[in-house]
Amino acid sequence: MAKINMVTSLNTALHDIMASDDTVLVMGEDVGINGGVFRVTDGLFEKFGRKRVMDTPIAESAILGAAIGMAIAGLKPVVEMQFSGFSYLMMHQLEGNASRMRTRSRGRFTVPLVVRMPYGGGVRALEHHSESKEVYWAHTAGVKVVIPSSPANAGPLLTAAIQDPDPVVFMEPKRSYRSFKEAVDKEKNAFSIGKAHVVETGKDITIISWGAMMRDTIKAVEAVKSKTGFQPEVIDLLTISPMDVDTIVTSVKKTGRCVVVQEAQQSFGPASEIIAVINDQALMYLEAPVKRVTMADVVMPLFAREQFYMPKVSDIDQAITETVNF
Amino acid sequence: MPLKTIDDFSIKQLHILDENGKVDSDLEPDLSKDDLKKLYLAMTLSRMADARMLNLQRQGRLGTIPVNKGQEAASCAPILALKETDWFVGSYRELGARLMRGETLENSLLLFNGWEEGNVNENNDRTLPISIVLASQLPHAVGLAYASQYKGEKDTVVLAIFGDGATSEGDFHEALNFAAVLNAPVIFLCQNNQYAISTPLKIQTKSRTIAQKALAYGIPGIQVDGNDALSVYQAVKEAVDRARADEGPTLIEAVTFRMLMHTTADDPTRYRSDEEVTAWEAKDPLVRFKAYLMEKGIWDEDLQKQLEEDCKAQIDAAVQAFESREPFAPDVPFDHVFGTKEAVIEAQRTRFLARLGKEKENGQN
Ligand SMILES: Cc1ncc(C[n+]2csc(CCOP(=O)(O)OP(=O)(O)O)c2C)c(N)n1
Ligand SMILES: [Mg+2]
Repeated sequence: MAKINMVTSLNTALHDIMASDDTVLVMGEDVGINGGVFRVTDGLFEKFGRKRVMDTPIAESAILGAAIGMAIAGLKPVVEMQFSGFSYLMMHQLEGNASRMRTRSRGRFTVPLVVRMPYGGGVRALEHHSESKEVYWAHTAGVKVVIPSSPANAGPLLTAAIQDPDPVVFMEPKRSYRSFKEAVDKEKNAFSIGKAHVVETGKDITIISWGAMMRDTIKAVEAVKSKTGFQPEVIDLLTISPMDVDTIVTSVKKTGRCVVVQEAQQSFGPASEIIAVINDQALMYLEAPVKRVTMADVVMPLFAREQFYMPKVSDIDQAITETVNF
Repeated sequence: MPLKTIDDFSIKQLHILDENGKVDSDLEPDLSKDDLKKLYLAMTLSRMADARMLNLQRQGRLGTIPVNKGQEAASCAPILALKETDWFVGSYRELGARLMRGETLENSLLLFNGWEEGNVNENNDRTLPISIVLASQLPHAVGLAYASQYKGEKDTVVLAIFGDGATSEGDFHEALNFAAVLNAPVIFLCQNNQYAISTPLKIQTKSRTIAQKALAYGIPGIQVDGNDALSVYQAVKEAVDRARADEGPTLIEAVTFRMLMHTTADDPTRYRSDEEVTAWEAKDPLVRFKAYLMEKGIWDEDLQKQLEEDCKAQIDAAVQAFESREPFAPDVPFDHVFGTKEAVIEAQRTRFLARLGKEKENGQN
């Protein structure tokens, strides 16, 4: 199998599903002729035409609102927010309507749409182009939040998100778009919504992360392993909400120790929820306090300073070492 | 009953300099020699600084920048109609406007190299930081204008600049309506440069002009040749005068063209032809304005040479100052999260500094 990067993995998934399901359509700013500013929708316009690949006016609220209407009427819109930093202009549509339509209509109307958005730091970008705010969406009942971490899981998860019966916010870690390549097994589909992935099994400590931090986490784990001989178990969360509590709890019960690595600011993020889940279901198995490695609670600094703020391999390494030696 | 026409609408277009820089003397604004030169200087400095920044970006010495070439008249001329005590609420593409507002070039270099420090105009405290979330600054303009009136500053107006793509956002429409209803002294200036990244105006809106969108909100709208500095100035001046006379907001559409890429991350060959770009070269705002100044007898090639040398020296000095500057402290973001000292934030700062200290010891930073 040829190795591809995450952009190609996502792009191939879109090509494939649009070819096999004509209810799927793509819309957003510059997704047509330009193929999206990151080229994730490259070639779709040429292949499927204007009716299924729509360059929209710059109106995030109307983009999502219209997608809700399309989804209710039986289409499967895949919407792109050019950057997650501009998605808040559609937040009222997602929170006020997409997330609630199923409940509001007692299952009569449903909203099977996907909102893709590049997110996260480390790419020397302008303001609003580097934040990680997955928790905004995860804090909304009725919305699923999925974050791939690699070419191998990105395409398959996007396909699963499009086939899912509910609104899915699909956050793409832009730092990982082109930073590495992997083989993608389309047949085997090992990834599904709501399911975390145990990347590596181990017995001494559980390390949980998602998105672009996965790569740094794995690097730190390798460093710790070669230094100490510890055997960490590594979990890639993949779905933020609804969270795969079973996989987390089973692992922590086995290892008794845990570190959570989150790119987003510290307070009220997914790491807090993971720790709460462990507290609920595995507290008595713990041999050390659960640590989290996160950004501070500051407004995301512009790129001259962001290196000081984003969690680094050495921070993760240190947190693992401290937790094991506790 | 037959249908009755209950109102008639029309949209006017203002051209003062033709494509060769020949002035329509009936419409020529009453600008002093000094003001004309000041405007030309800013346009030239903006053009040259833009080119240098593009160069620095290509050499990896600057981050992503929005490029301004071609839009100097539409960016610089509006500021000439303002007083220092008026507010300016911009977008991200008006380098010339910011220079006209007294901002230093070094500031732009800092900002586009990732330092928040560059987003503060030290020389004018009524200039807001650049706004990247499209149209989101427009309601702020309404609020600033209302507050000025509320505080009895009868004379203060607000100029807000934004692009053609931004007119599709709800914030644009909500701000126009709000300003109209509050009779707020705001000048909404749209730089219609024909594109929003790859999206051409014809699929952004079905309106023939952007100016006509004003009519729906009951305020005046006018389209001007945005590559003619005199037209832009005159339309803004009239709108400013009306606003100062308590006659409310105006929408101005400056028709111009983005000669280069959207930002340095963009590849315009994917969505537009060379011919389209070449056609606009004939309307270069600098060439037309220079021809006008020469025709008026207040400019010549010696002055031109001198100006270009001065601009180059100024840009060199700014680049030099920017590149030799000591980095600002890493923990500054903690200073500005809140206006109050908060234990949670300070505890995080302490840990942050301890970690940086340790990394320094280990030679990591
Ligand atoms: C609310 C919002 N949505 C999307 C973007 C991403 N974006 C940045 S610039 C741009 C195009 C803007 O076009 P226009 O308003 O015509 O201004 P121009 O860049 O041409 O000056 C887009 C879509 C953004 N900055 N803000
Ligand atoms: Mg534009």
